[in-house]
Amino acid sequence: MAIDPVVINLKVGIEIHQQLATNCKLFCSCRSKEIEKYGATFVRKLRPTQSELGSYDPAALFEFKKMRTIKYYASAASSCLVEADEEPPHDVDSGSLETALIISLALHSDIGDELHVMRKFVIDGSNTGGFQRTILVANGGYLDVNEKRVKVQSICLEEDAAKLISDDGTIREYGLDRLGVPLVEIALEPVTGTPEEIMRIALSLGRLLRASKRVARGLGSIRQDVNISIDNGAVVEVKGVQRLDQLVKVIQYEMLRQHGLITIAQKLRNRKVVEKEIGDRIEDVTDILTKSPSKVVINALQENNSIFKAIRIRGFGGMIGFEPYPDIRIGKQLSELVRFYGLGGVFHSDELPRYGISSEEVQAIKNKLCIDAEMDAFVIVGGQNLKVDFAIEAIIQRLKMALNGVPPETRAATFDGKTVFSRPRPGAARMYPETDVPTIPINSSRIASLSEIVPKSMDDILNSLAKKYSLNKKLAEQIFDSDYFGIFEEIAGSVKEVRPTFIASKLTEDLINLERRGLDPAVISDEILFDVFKRLDNGTIAKESVISIFEKLMNKEAETVEEAKMALGITAISDQELDTAIEKILKENTPIIIEKRLGAIGILMGKSMALLRGRADGHKINSKLQQKLEYMLMKVNSSDTSPPASA
Amino acid sequence: MSVRDKDNLTGYKEKSAELLRKQRVAVGDTITIKTSENEFTGILMTRYESADKNHIVIKLRSGYNVGIGTDKVRSITKLTDPTRDVPDAPATKNVAFVDSFKQGSKEFKISQSINQNFRSKEQPKIALLGTGGTIASKVDYRTGGVSAALSASEIYASVPELENYASIEPEVLLNEYSENLKPADWTIIAHKIKEKVASGKYQGIIVSHGTDTMHYTAAALSFALQNLPIPVVLVGAQRSSDRPSSDAALNLIGATIFAVRSELTGVFVSMHATTSDDVIACHLGTRVRKNHTSRRDAFESIDGVPIALIRGEILEMQLEQTGLKLKKRTNNTNGLLVGPEFDSRAVLLKYYPGFNPEFISHAVAAGYKAIILEGTGLGHVSKDCFPQIRNAVESGALVFMTSQCIWGRTRMTVYETGRDLLDIGVIPLSDMMAETATVKAMWALANSKDAKSTTKLMQENIANEMSMAIPI
Repeated sequence: MAIDPVVINLKVGIEIHQQLATNCKLFCSCRSKEIEKYGATFVRKLRPTQSELGSYDPAALFEFKKMRTIKYYASAASSCLVEADEEPPHDVDSGSLETALIISLALHSDIGDELHVMRKFVIDGSNTGGFQRTILVANGGYLDVNEKRVKVQSICLEEDAAKLISDDGTIREYGLDRLGVPLVEIALEPVTGTPEEIMRIALSLGRLLRASKRVARGLGSIRQDVNISIDNGAVVEVKGVQRLDQLVKVIQYEMLRQHGLITIAQKLRNRKVVEKEIGDRIEDVTDILTKSPSKVVINALQENNSIFKAIRIRGFGGMIGFEPYPDIRIGKQLSELVRFYGLGGVFHSDELPRYGISSEEVQAIKNKLCIDAEMDAFVIVGGQNLKVDFAIEAIIQRLKMALNGVPPETRAATFDGKTVFSRPRPGAARMYPETDVPTIPINSSRIASLSEIVPKSMDDILNSLAKKYSLNKKLAEQIFDSDYFGIFEEIAGSVKEVRPTFIASKLTEDLINLERRGLDPAVISDEILFDVFKRLDNGTIAKESVISIFEKLMNKEAETVEEAKMALGITAISDQELDTAIEKILKENTPIIIEKRLGAIGILMGKSMALLRGRADGHKINSKLQQKLEYMLMKVNSSDTSPPASA
Repeated sequence: MSVRDKDNLTGYKEKSAELLRKQRVAVGDTITIKTSENEFTGILMTRYESADKNHIVIKLRSGYNVGIGTDKVRSITKLTDPTRDVPDAPATKNVAFVDSFKQGSKEFKISQSINQNFRSKEQPKIALLGTGGTIASKVDYRTGGVSAALSASEIYASVPELENYASIEPEVLLNEYSENLKPADWTIIAHKIKEKVASGKYQGIIVSHGTDTMHYTAAALSFALQNLPIPVVLVGAQRSSDRPSSDAALNLIGATIFAVRSELTGVFVSMHATTSDDVIACHLGTRVRKNHTSRRDAFESIDGVPIALIRGEILEMQLEQTGLKLKKRTNNTNGLLVGPEFDSRAVLLKYYPGFNPEFISHAVAAGYKAIILEGTGLGHVSKDCFPQIRNAVESGALVFMTSQCIWGRTRMTVYETGRDLLDIGVIPLSDMMAETATVKAMWALANSKDAKSTTKLMQENIANEMSMAIPI
C-alpha cells in the first residue's frame, strides 16, 4: 500500500556514524581492530546516576528497570584497562580529532572554539562506564546534493560502543574490541522528499567522507540512524541502518507504521477513549490460566515466582488488533515492548480465544476485570512477578500514548528493512562533562592549516580519478563507491601490464554479479585481490581466469588463489608449449587458412582460446598466432608457382 | 575572593566574567550568544577554575557543552522564559516524552525499582560516617575533576538496597580527598567511632573514605581502637559514584553485610575482590594495601587472603585460611581501649640504589624520633648508610626495618648486611607492611613515655599487623 510522502509531510533527519581509519582508539592506544577470539571476561552491573542538571534520564532508568547482568569479553590485542573502565581515558587521539575537523571544514560547519568531552549516558551495557564519550566538534553547515542544499545540524567525534554478542534476557554479552573506536557522527537537518531522494543524500555524505581517505570502509564501518516523522506524529529514531537499500525500506516501513498509528489514534479519539481509564483495573489471573494448554502460558509460568496479570483497557475493544496496514497494529507494538522486559507471554482480547486459550478462560478474565462492554479490551501478560509489574506499567503507558498516535521512541532497524522497539527516546539530560579529560581549545591557525587538505567536491574527485586511471565517469563513480576503492588504488599503482579499467570493472561489476548470485564476497580479502592481479601482471594467469578464480573462492571450493588455480586446472603454459599448441592448431586448420588467408585469424583465435583460456594471456596468444600465421602464409606463398611479390 | 559569592559566575575571570556581568547573567541562566558566524542558545555553565579566561561555556539543548571564544562574542541575551524561547531542534523534539515519563511513573525513583525485602522486625543499626573521597563525589568545577561532594545521606538515598540489610544512620564527619587527611584526622575519626560504639546502639560502623590513603587510616584506627566490640569497616570507590559503572554501591553493600553479620570484630576495608561486580573482599585493616592506581580490585590483603568474601548476599568467612586470630563480637562496650593520639615525628624512607645516606641524618636533625626504613629484600640497605644509621641510633632515634618487597617477612640474620644492621641497632619489624609500620610508629610515639616502651609497642603484635605464619 503506497502513501505519498509529500501528503503526509515525511521528514527524515539522517545521522551518519562513520568509523575512522586510525591505528588507535579515541581514548587509548589499543588497536582499532575487530577480534573474534577473546581471552578475559568479567561481569558488571550498571545503575543510573543523576546528571549535572539534577534530573534522571528516562532512558537510563528504563535500562535500569531491566536489571541485567552484563558480561564482557576482552582481548589483549584490542583492549586494555581503559575499555574495561579500570583506567581513566587518555588524551583524545589527535589524528581522529584532525579528521573530525577536516570533515567539519568540508561540510562548511562552524567548529567550536573550545571542545568539551561529554559523557552520554547509555546504561544498556554497550559502554563499560555506563556512558559513551562524545565531543561536539562543529555546528551548522551544509552539503549540496543534486542542486539541493541539505543543512548540517552538528558534527561530533565519539567512541564506538562495545559489540553485542548475545542477550538471553538476563545476561547480556559484549565484546570490547569495538569499544572506543573513533567515530564521526554527522547529523543532518530533517529534509522532506521521497525515500529514494533521502537515500541519495546519505550516499553523497558517505562519498564525501570516503573522499577524505581517513575513514574506514566495509560493512559495519558506517551506520545510519534516521529520525523519521510525519504530520501529526512524533520523531522516531531508528538506529543501526547499515545499507542504503535498507534505508529506503526502513523509511517506507516507518511511513506506514506511523501513518497507521495516527489512523488508530484518530479512531480512538472518535470513540472518546479516556486516558485515565486505560489500565484502571489490574487483576491477578494466574488461577484462571494455570491449566491452560497454551504453550506460551506454560513457558511463562515455568519461571520462579511467575504470575499472569490482566489489565483492563476501556474503549480499546477491536483496536488492539486492528490493522490499518498489513501487519501494523497496536498488539504488535505491545509484544515488542514486553519482549524488552524479557517476557514472551502477552495476549490481548482482540486475538483471543486462540493460541490455546479457551473462550471460557477469556470469559473468566473478563468477569474478573468486570468487562461487559464490547468496546472494552484487556491485555494479559505473564512471567516473573517483578518483570510483569514493570511490563504492566510500560504497557499502560504505551496504550495511553496510542491516543496521540506515534510515541517518540528509539527503534532498531531489522535486516529486512523493518523496525522494532528498542527504548524510549532519551532526553537532553543524558549529558555530563567527562571530567577526566581536559577541554580542547581549537585555534584558528590549526584550522587554517587543515583547510588545505579538505576533500574536494565529488565532481572534482571523480574527474581526477577518471583522468588518473583512464576510467570512464561511470566506472570511476562505481569504484569510488565500492568497498574496494582503497585496494583498487593500491593494485593499480603496483601493476604494470594490467590496465586500471580492467581492475576496476572486475572489482565492481563482476564481483557484484557473483555476489548477486548469492556468493560470499567476504572471502575476497585484500591479500587475495593483490595476489590475483599480481599473477595476472606476471602473465602466470590470464585475464579470463580472474573471474573463475573469484568464483571458486567465493564458492568455498578453494581457500587460496593457488588452490583455485589448481581446481580450475590452470597451469601456466611455457612459451615453448604455447608455440607447440598454436602450431598444432594452425596445422589442423590448414584448409581454412588457405581459403581465408589472414582472414582466418578470428576463427583461429577462437579455437586457441578454447584450448588455452586461463593458461596464457589472450594478448600473447593473439600476437603469437598472428606472427605464426603470417609466417605460414609466407611459406605457402613461396611454395606456389607464382613468386612472392616482394621477392 | 571567589566570584561565586558575588554574582554567581563561578570560574569566569577577566574578560569572560566582564561580558557576562554586563548582561547580568549568572550560571544556570538560559542565554543566547551571537558570534560573528553563529548563534548559540543554552544554559550558562560554571567554568573550571583552572580553565582559561577566553571562553564561555554553555550547555546546548542537545546536552553538549561547548566553549565559545570571548573575542568572537557579538552579543549575549538572557532569555526570560526559556521554555518558550528555546526552540527545539526538530530532530530532538522529545521533551514531551520526558514529561510523560515522569507523569506515568509518578516521579520514578531508583528505590522503587529495587527489590526491597523489608523485614518485619527492626533492622540492625549501622552508623555510616562520611569522610569524603570517591564514594561520595561529583563534578568539581574548581579543578575540572571529581571531588568529594555528596553527603553520606545522599549515598544512602542512591543505594536503597542497603535497607534490606540494615537501618543506616549517616553522618558527615569530614569532607576531604584522602590525600589531604592527616594524623589529626585519624584522631577525629577515632573519637567519633568511640562515641558511636559507646552508645551501644550499633551493630557495626562503616566509614566512607577516599581510597588513596584508606589503608593508612585503617591501620591507624586498628591501633587507636583496640578491643572493639563491633566491626568498623572502611569503604571507598575506585570509580566515582557519579557514574553508572561506579563500584561504590556494591562496596557499600558488601561493607554493610559484613558489618551486620560478621562474628569477628576489628577494623576492616571492604572493596571489590576482582574487576567484576560480583565479589567484595573484606581485608584486615593492618594488612591491606592499595596496589593499583585505578582498578576496582586495587586493594589486596598482604601475606594472606581476605578475612571474608561477600558474594551476593552470602558472607564467606576465611579466617582459617589467614592463620590470624581475631576477637569475637561482644555486647560489652567496656573493654574498648582508646588511644587516639598520633605523633607525626616518624618518617618512612625508601632505600634505592643511589640513596643518599644523609637523608637519615637530616631526618634525625629535623627531630624525627622514629625512622622506618623500607629496605630491599629481607631487610637491607647499602653499607654506605651504616655510619648515618649508627649516628641516628646513638642520638636516640629508633630505626626500624621493613621490606619494599611488599610481600614476605624481613629476616636480617641471613646475610652479612642484615647482621651488621642488627648490630648497629636496627629493629626488624617481621612482615609488618612499611605503611602500617609508619602509622604504628606515629601511634606508638604518642602512646609511650620513652624510646624503650615505644620499641616494645612496635614489636608487640597488637592488631595482627604481624603474622605468626604466612599462608602458603
